[in-house]
Amino acid sequence: MRLRPAINLRIEARRETSRVLLYVTPVAAVILTVLTGLVLFVFMGYAPGPALYHFFVSPLLTLYGLSELLVKAAPLIMIGVGLAIGFRANVWNIGAEGQLTCGAIAAGGVALALWGDAGFWILPLMGAAGIAGGALYAAIPAFLKTRFDVNEILTSLMLTYVATLLLSTLVYGPWKDPTGFNFPQSRMFTDAAILPILVDGTRLHVGTMVALLIAVAGWVLLTFTIIGFQIRVVGQAPAAARFAGFSRPRLIWLCLLTSGGLAGLAGTFEIAGPIGQLVPAISPGYGFTAIIVAFLGRLHPLGIILSGLVVALSYIGGENAQVEVGLPQAVTGAFQGLLLFFLLASDFVVRYRVRLAPAVAG
Amino acid sequence: MTLSMNRRKFVLGTAATAGALTLAGRRVLAAEPTKVGFVYVGPVGDYGWTHGHDVGRKAIEAAYGDKVKTTFVENVAEGPDAERVIRQLACSGNKLIFTTSFGFMNPTLRVAKQFPDVKFEHATGYQTAPNVSIYNARFHEGRAVCGTIAGHMTKSGIVGYIGSFPIPEVVMGINAFTLAAQKIRPDIKVKVVWANSWYDPGKEADGAKALIDQGADIMCQHTDSPAPLQTAEARGIHGFGQASDMKAFAPKAQLTAILDEWSGYYVQRTKDVMDGTWQSRAVWWGLKEGMVKMAPYGEAVPENVRQAADATRDDIVAGTLHPFTGPIKNQAGEVKVADGQTIGDEDLAKMDWYVAGVEA
Repeated sequence: MRLRPAINLRIEARRETSRVLLYVTPVAAVILTVLTGLVLFVFMGYAPGPALYHFFVSPLLTLYGLSELLVKAAPLIMIGVGLAIGFRANVWNIGAEGQLTCGAIAAGGVALALWGDAGFWILPLMGAAGIAGGALYAAIPAFLKTRFDVNEILTSLMLTYVATLLLSTLVYGPWKDPTGFNFPQSRMFTDAAILPILVDGTRLHVGTMVALLIAVAGWVLLTFTIIGFQIRVVGQAPAAARFAGFSRPRLIWLCLLTSGGLAGLAGTFEIAGPIGQLVPAISPGYGFTAIIVAFLGRLHPLGIILSGLVVALSYIGGENAQVEVGLPQAVTGAFQGLLLFFLLASDFVVRYRVRLAPAVAG
Repeated sequence: MTLSMNRRKFVLGTAATAGALTLAGRRVLAAEPTKVGFVYVGPVGDYGWTHGHDVGRKAIEAAYGDKVKTTFVENVAEGPDAERVIRQLACSGNKLIFTTSFGFMNPTLRVAKQFPDVKFEHATGYQTAPNVSIYNARFHEGRAVCGTIAGHMTKSGIVGYIGSFPIPEVVMGINAFTLAAQKIRPDIKVKVVWANSWYDPGKEADGAKALIDQGADIMCQHTDSPAPLQTAEARGIHGFGQASDMKAFAPKAQLTAILDEWSGYYVQRTKDVMDGTWQSRAVWWGLKEGMVKMAPYGEAVPENVRQAADATRDDIVAGTLHPFTGPIKNQAGEVKVADGQTIGDEDLAKMDWYVAGVEA
């Protein structure tokens, strides 16, 4: 008797990626994450209903909850859009966290230098300094990449730690609050250096709206401009881009300066918004989380608004579920991991198809 | 504007309802439990700082059973997230909220302003408010006991010290340790490596390895994981546990550990809230009040060293020994504290210089 496989599966690359699948899969990834979470809760001995409710629903039911969602999502969206523009052109800026920090240092320096002054121009000046700080910091990997062909993934990532140490040096040293018992933080900024609040009683600052506008601007740039076209061509067909005479170094500079500048602005909004001073740790890893956000949003600026909100909800929901049902904090991390896992798995479905092939006759 | 008015009314309304409930609760036996919330900077499983606070939380539950309900949120980043978490705890009916890291100070004060009926307790900060108390432990007293042991037991005369951040509490600890060790062995050197984190086992262990390679034969730490002590165990040297008894992680290496005993304070403050006698105050307790304790000595500590360590502890408790008694020189060799003088609490609380013998 001869044994042969009853089913023979074959994996084939799709000739064209399905547009429908491209947009359906992130949603499917979210749904699968929730379903897996459900199973997880049951096995951990939590009532799945209340746990899911407090994780995903109850943070959205109050005005304050919604405002917090935007406050948390804003830096993720802003950085995510900048990164996506680069990722589209195969420019891999992994150091947004460091650029965020440098932006905050520059903007915080302005706020401290003008401490006690009043004037409508202080905030715009801080914004400009923040963008410049982030962009200049991203210029280092851009220079190394275009001049010496040094891998920007490594340089941008490692510079992140340098930026954190630079910030520490400042807040432990010259920028330390003179009345702060030698604790490492700057003075609290004066009102002129604090972003206006949009809704009384919340922390919804003007920067959140700027973040949304930036996402729209990013979409316009990628979709309707020559530069956006060049970015997409360089990413999808480098050879064609070369034939067309697109300058790759120019795009590398453009992508790194843009993503660095946006990260710097995000850092500015954090210190001029919810923090209100310079402290040794400004961001709980927004620069890195934004990478997930960019991919979850399919590197599409409008998709990144949605994915930024989803990821922000996963953080806020995690805190909420800890308070309300005692769910351990590790669940938040597990959820984010699941989300990324399902998303990457669904990429497989978008790019390849699994076919039933006729069994091979033995 | 309309929205904000509604919100304010809503907050007032809830506060009034809660107030009425509390009043009614005192008359009726089946009262609602008093809710107590905790905000932790690390994971409860760090076996150091956060673990110590969580032991205190459990002590409240053990003391009052059904009359209390405690909640904690772990791994809260110092920054904007903290404010949201603290507010969330206040919104969900917690009447007493402990925020257990320095970086939670400004967020705690901001939320406290919005919730005048909720009492807040902030660990290791320096700003109080009518409904915000601060509390901290004199860890440096425990460091003096460790320093005494280290002075006796080091052979190389080099102590490795894993620091978290150079904030006054940590600087004070390094200095108290060094001064106590120098009494036994004046030429002792304390080499500090900064982890720039409160909890990063990988970095802490790397720092410990580097220090041992530089000749350190005693490991001290002001970070929260057992990693430095585990490294000491693996390399056959000795060390001290931090914040909790870490003997399980390093049975041979641990000479003793500085234990943070928050339980007594937490139970007392919970009772104050239940009785309605809570008042804002600043607490800085040490060995005498039992907020700092020493773990049992490890087997490696010989009898004469045990006696010396006990004497240091007992003298501090009795008030006859101040860990910062002059003459004290700084790293540049200048006399900072004259012979027989001591450093007062106010200057200690903002200490930002190292004594001679520290390499930081």
